[in-house]
Amino acid sequence: MHNELILAGFGGQGVLLIGKLLAYAGMKAGLEVTWMPAYGPEMRGGTCNCTVVLSDRQVGSPVSNRPHGAIVLNLQSIDKFEPLVRPGGILVVNTSLINREATRKDLIVVPVAANQIANDAGSAKAANMVALGAFIGASGIVDAELVKSVLAETFAGRPKIVELNYVCLSKGVDIGRTFAPALAGR
Amino acid sequence: MAKKLMKGCEAIGEAAIQCGCRLFFGYPITPQNEIPEYLSGRLPQVGGTFVQAESEVAASHMLYGAAGAGCRCFTSSSSPGISLMMEGMSYLAGAELPVVIVNIMRAGPGLGGILPSQSDYFQATKGGGHGDYRVLVLAPSTVQEAADLTMEAFDLADKYRNPVMVLGDGLIGQMMEPVEFKRRIEPEELPEKSWATTGAYRRAPNIVNSLYLRAEDLEQHNLDLGAKYRAMDSEVRHDLYRTDDDLDVLIVAYGTVARIARTSIDALREKGLKVGLFRPVTLYPYPSEALASVAVRAKHVLVAELSMGQMVEDVRAVIAGRVPVDFYGRVGGMVMTAEELAEQAEKLAGVPA
Repeated sequence: MHNELILAGFGGQGVLLIGKLLAYAGMKAGLEVTWMPAYGPEMRGGTCNCTVVLSDRQVGSPVSNRPHGAIVLNLQSIDKFEPLVRPGGILVVNTSLINREATRKDLIVVPVAANQIANDAGSAKAANMVALGAFIGASGIVDAELVKSVLAETFAGRPKIVELNYVCLSKGVDIGRTFAPALAGR
Repeated sequence: MAKKLMKGCEAIGEAAIQCGCRLFFGYPITPQNEIPEYLSGRLPQVGGTFVQAESEVAASHMLYGAAGAGCRCFTSSSSPGISLMMEGMSYLAGAELPVVIVNIMRAGPGLGGILPSQSDYFQATKGGGHGDYRVLVLAPSTVQEAADLTMEAFDLADKYRNPVMVLGDGLIGQMMEPVEFKRRIEPEELPEKSWATTGAYRRAPNIVNSLYLRAEDLEQHNLDLGAKYRAMDSEVRHDLYRTDDDLDVLIVAYGTVARIARTSIDALREKGLKVGLFRPVTLYPYPSEALASVAVRAKHVLVAELSMGQMVEDVRAVIAGRVPVDFYGRVGGMVMTAEELAEQAEKLAGVPA
């Protein structure tokens, strides 16, 4: 098992946070993990991304130019990262902010109206959790329960935030799961 | 302590605290700002002091004062800031003061850029400041190793009364990986430093100084330092990956590039090519004998760095023409991919030795 994933969006959408949650959950699952933020000049343009590697062996490069999957929360991110994902990989697309469809036919595309779903659940700020949930639901890369336990640790003492994030994560997982059969036997 | 997911920079900061360091002097610069950021919060919690100096030059001389008074202390910076600290480094080496200096390298020369680079190898291993001096240089390849080597750096600094540099790059500093702190020492458990200037109460005064105006005295001082640097040779260490058989290509790389090389090597091995890795962990002293003993079993040596070719000069000196040595580098903050490096090694493997 070796997965290189890119999570991308605007600064403030929480892509670094969901990357950390995923890496932490992977660590709890006994995997080797790395989390690497893009910290170069592209950040100054307001976009933001990180690479998470989950593997059953020691991780070599923590950056990837051919990820196995990606979560894209805004238009610039789908433009930049859709072409890089390996054939057969998962691409979670935030349709609330991305007004075009994915063009690749060799990917498992998971469209999810992350902002809308999060807004309905209480706050659009948790759109990142919906998207993360969708990726986990489709890929089964880590147990969603592990992510929930990491969330509880990360936001200890802030039960309202934990609750909202749980709900959003779960809604994402449910959507993602409907795409999981497409991955069976891969 | 259970494993935590930490940035390399944060792990370095925590490692310093875990081994009894309570003083930090520094000045902000990307990509190592998480070290001062972390310590500015953590040091006051453990009774330590965090000082943001007015400049890197000032920070390096604050180290001189604190180390002279016998305290464990350290600083961190990135390439242009380290250049500014080179005056202090020379004085610290001259006065034989134990300090730890962390360089999270970015691309140069000049202000350069903020992305990862390994282009300060010459500065770190060959001097950097003026005068005949050496500092131990340790190069971590993972976040865990960044923590372990930082702790070790403090012990080595005390052992040799010498500055020790931990040389990472933006990737090691910014990346998060699981890390575990394996030991904890309180400042009061550290051995006493009988040479330190702690107030000469009921004893003869100690002097910490690097000024020797009489040539005879300074020559003797240089000879003593030279003997100390030779003794430091016993601290060499290195790491090997898949080098058990005779090799088509031996890749030599440190830090970030070494971990990328492991991925390249796994891919090449699947293709049936015999490729392995020699990774120096100490860059000074350089693990010359160990490298020579592996390199002679290889048809080609490929040195890979995020520089225009710096460590390759040491490798060529070690191998002395016995095996052809090639170089591959990316610069300016570009980081080579595992595929790219594998391609270079594969090309070489096809060349008759």
